[in-house]
Amino acid sequence: MSEQETVTIEVDGRAVEAVKGEMVIAATDRAGIHIPRFCYHKHLPIAANCRMCLVDVEKAPKPMPACATAVADGMKITTDSQRAIAAQRGVMEFLLINHPLDCPICDQGGECELQDLALGFGRGVSRFTEGKRSVEDEDLGPLVATEMTRCIHCTRCVRFLDTVAGKKELGGMFRGERTEIKTYVGEGIRSELSGNVIDLCPVGALTNKPFRFRARSWEMLSFPAVSPHDGVGSNMELHTLRDRIMRVVPRENEAINQTWLADRDRYGIEGLYSEDRLERPMIKEGGQWREVPWEIALRRAAESLRGVASHFGPEALGALLAPTATLEELYLAGQLVRGLGSGNVDHRLREGDTSDQAEAPPFPYMGQRIEELADKDAVLLVGAYTRHEQPMINHRLRQATNSGAAVMTLNPRRFEWNFEPVLEHAVAPGRMVAELAAVACALAKGGKGKGADLPDGVEALAAKSETAQRIAERLKVAERPAVLAGNMAAGHPEAATLRALGTLVAELAGGPFGVLAEAANTAGGWLAGAVPHRLAGGAEAPLSGLSAREMVERGLRGYLLLNVEPEADLWNPAAARQALSNADSVVAITVYAGDALKESADVLLPMGGFGETAGTFVNSEGRWQSFRGVTSPLGEARPGWKILRALGTVLELEGFELDNAEEVYRIVAAACEGVAPGSRYPFHKGAASAGSASGGTELAGAVPIYSGDPLVRRSQPLQHAAIAGQAEAVAAAETAGRIGATDGGMVRLEAEGGAVELPLRIDEAIPADTIWVPAALRERVDLGPPFGRLTVTAV
Amino acid sequence: MTATTSADQVLTAELRSRIDHWLAKFPDTPEGRQSTVIPALHAVQDANGGYLERRHVEAVADYIGMARATAFEVATFYSMFDLDHPVGRHKVNICTNICCWLNGAEDLVRYAEEKLGVGLGETTGDGRVTLVREEECLAACTGAPMMIVDGHYHTNLTRERIDEILDALQ
Ligand code: SF4
Ligand code: FES
Ligand code: FES
Repeated sequence: MSEQETVTIEVDGRAVEAVKGEMVIAATDRAGIHIPRFCYHKHLPIAANCRMCLVDVEKAPKPMPACATAVADGMKITTDSQRAIAAQRGVMEFLLINHPLDCPICDQGGECELQDLALGFGRGVSRFTEGKRSVEDEDLGPLVATEMTRCIHCTRCVRFLDTVAGKKELGGMFRGERTEIKTYVGEGIRSELSGNVIDLCPVGALTNKPFRFRARSWEMLSFPAVSPHDGVGSNMELHTLRDRIMRVVPRENEAINQTWLADRDRYGIEGLYSEDRLERPMIKEGGQWREVPWEIALRRAAESLRGVASHFGPEALGALLAPTATLEELYLAGQLVRGLGSGNVDHRLREGDTSDQAEAPPFPYMGQRIEELADKDAVLLVGAYTRHEQPMINHRLRQATNSGAAVMTLNPRRFEWNFEPVLEHAVAPGRMVAELAAVACALAKGGKGKGADLPDGVEALAAKSETAQRIAERLKVAERPAVLAGNMAAGHPEAATLRALGTLVAELAGGPFGVLAEAANTAGGWLAGAVPHRLAGGAEAPLSGLSAREMVERGLRGYLLLNVEPEADLWNPAAARQALSNADSVVAITVYAGDALKESADVLLPMGGFGETAGTFVNSEGRWQSFRGVTSPLGEARPGWKILRALGTVLELEGFELDNAEEVYRIVAAACEGVAPGSRYPFHKGAASAGSASGGTELAGAVPIYSGDPLVRRSQPLQHAAIAGQAEAVAAAETAGRIGATDGGMVRLEAEGGAVELPLRIDEAIPADTIWVPAALRERVDLGPPFGRLTVTAV
Repeated sequence: MTATTSADQVLTAELRSRIDHWLAKFPDTPEGRQSTVIPALHAVQDANGGYLERRHVEAVADYIGMARATAFEVATFYSMFDLDHPVGRHKVNICTNICCWLNGAEDLVRYAEEKLGVGLGETTGDGRVTLVREEECLAACTGAPMMIVDGHYHTNLTRERIDEILDALQ
């Protein structure tokens, strides 16, 4: 507030500082003076339609709405004068005319703004004797329940979807007393942020559908938590009842998720208690699974890991670690495998090219704070569909576009954005390097950033591209540009070159380059030493091992899996399945025992799921966020760090005498002392792996929004959402025509890993000679990596 | 991703050029383009026997580049648009707002309902007349009670005037 001009107003006899031009309610909220309201919300445009916030303003002829009355120096306001109270009571009486008295069966009961205010301002007995209206409900999909008779038409939901979510999917239909909030056409809501309308709705008209009738707000306990999905680390509260997590609501953090949550963060927990949750340790004997006590399972796990190391040499052992595991778990898992003499440790499960790892910064860093994105005036997204990859990052980009920023994309297809990108450059994946190099070349000619000289070898890579030229021109005139590489870039087979070129483009444009960490703890994994070449804090590992991709493609004799589902979490799922089934020993510390895992593993150790473990996540900004376990792990499951500690102890390894998770935290934190974030990936001549200029059909794919980790994949409401990924092959009409395939017909796709048959959908968003197949889905496992060469035939 | 109705399929070239005519009158900004929604819906409604189907509203929204929900808000808000249900050849809107009401509109509505044998919001069996539901003030209060028939104002109504006017409708 310091740089802004302030005025002083008087509220109920108290002097209150206010920013010039702001509304009275903003100033009183800051000062802790409560004014009742329904339609006002600080992150939404002002509608002033509920009139609940009427206050008395000196010299004004009638009460004024505090949410739509700008402060003026010396203004005198009374919020509790007779006139103000009478006005508020009058408004309340009108609001209650049509509102049902069904609080006992309403899910909002106990946390309803109308109920609360009716208690303070409502009359004991209604003077209204006419019939109340009722409104037919619309099905908005699996996430948001409707009971529209309760709606008071504050339009918060309408304004949220329009101005924050970016698509006005709900509207106020009809008028006057007959007004109804609906889509009208009944297609449901598609926004990835739809759940926020539940928090915004002051009454029980829009409520959390899966949570419906599960618990009352006053029965539950509330604990702070951090979202375990994307690299944003949204802050949230877990509401628990009888040691179970019932629901998730946002916890305000202006620097990260403001007051919002993506649906993935809110409804992911619906997968927590899924049927295949592993509750007891199990070992496989003669092909049969048997539940055993922890001691036996741990001993068996230790024997089989030790056995592989002594029979085949320690380098035959590898650890694949989930990037959604905690910092503490990732550190201990790394220590364990290294203690056995192997350097094969990795959590970069979906990365196809890590050839730049030696020179890589300490962790994937987005180059700036999340908040700062909203102030950018030009952003180039490389291999990023932020809307589905990192919804809260996308929200900031949308805010930037609202103030005129130019967002441009270089992707293997076009996407459905909730803002207007000024340019979407969709090219076959094999051309992305050439196009990005072309942007760098165009910028270098008369570029304004430092070192307009291009390193050797960039020009040789560059395509002749007018679109790249246009991207460069837009970046050139920007004052606050940024280049961001997303999850698709990380999964690209030439990811390292894309990062190096992205660095160059950003430098030439004079702005930061950033890498958007894929998962909740992708950054933390680097810092904890869950990479083959570095220990915690980035120290060089004495014995450098294999990357996740190499571990899978070369095939090892033994694997330690930390909450990994081989067929969905790895870059090359076909090779992963093969490698695990060929291995002599697979020890899985896991939350779930999915069928594929049960097939390949020998020992299953049940690990605490989300909310059941204390730990730390590091987000894309390099922000460390620790949290506690808020419910006990299900059945006999134990927090991952405890399992690793026990395993380390049974194996008689050093450094596993730990009392609590904080101790592990302190070790990693001490190692990370002085680690400075960075996002510079140097370019080297000849760094690019073989480009793919040679024609033919290319495969491209990204992980669908609700397929990224074991928890979200089990959330049925999310899986039934309209935007959940579907197994299909998508191609432009011309590509389909060349194959002889028709819309809806089946095609056979053959790639390096194997072949699958999928239905074809025609969509012009896909570039020529490219087939888009969403990654991480069971139906496409045989295809192998998300990108590559492909032969397609119509079936 | 792809719109379920393509504006080009639903709107004829003739309709598109009429909408373009209105688009040219407003600034080429999102707000400016949105301002054409009322004349555009009128044009489409006139060409469709006096009522709008959902696909028309969607096509108009897509064509002028505005949110479909907003176009539906407009189409459901104004009584001059009939959405989803076919209407008669003539639309009769009897004002029931305060001035007309004080001057006997209620009685006239009842009279017209009996005469036509349909209630408000309904269409006569022969498809001749639709009695528009609860018309709000039509800005001719000085001549209350009044009604609009196919866009023409009739003021100072009596039962006899109603007979005359309605009987003349083909
Ligand atoms: S549904 Fe809820 S948020 Fe939306 S307008 Fe009605 S009361 Fe307001
Ligand atoms: S909060 Fe001020 S009018 Fe609704
Ligand atoms: S009240 Fe009927 S025209 Fe105004």
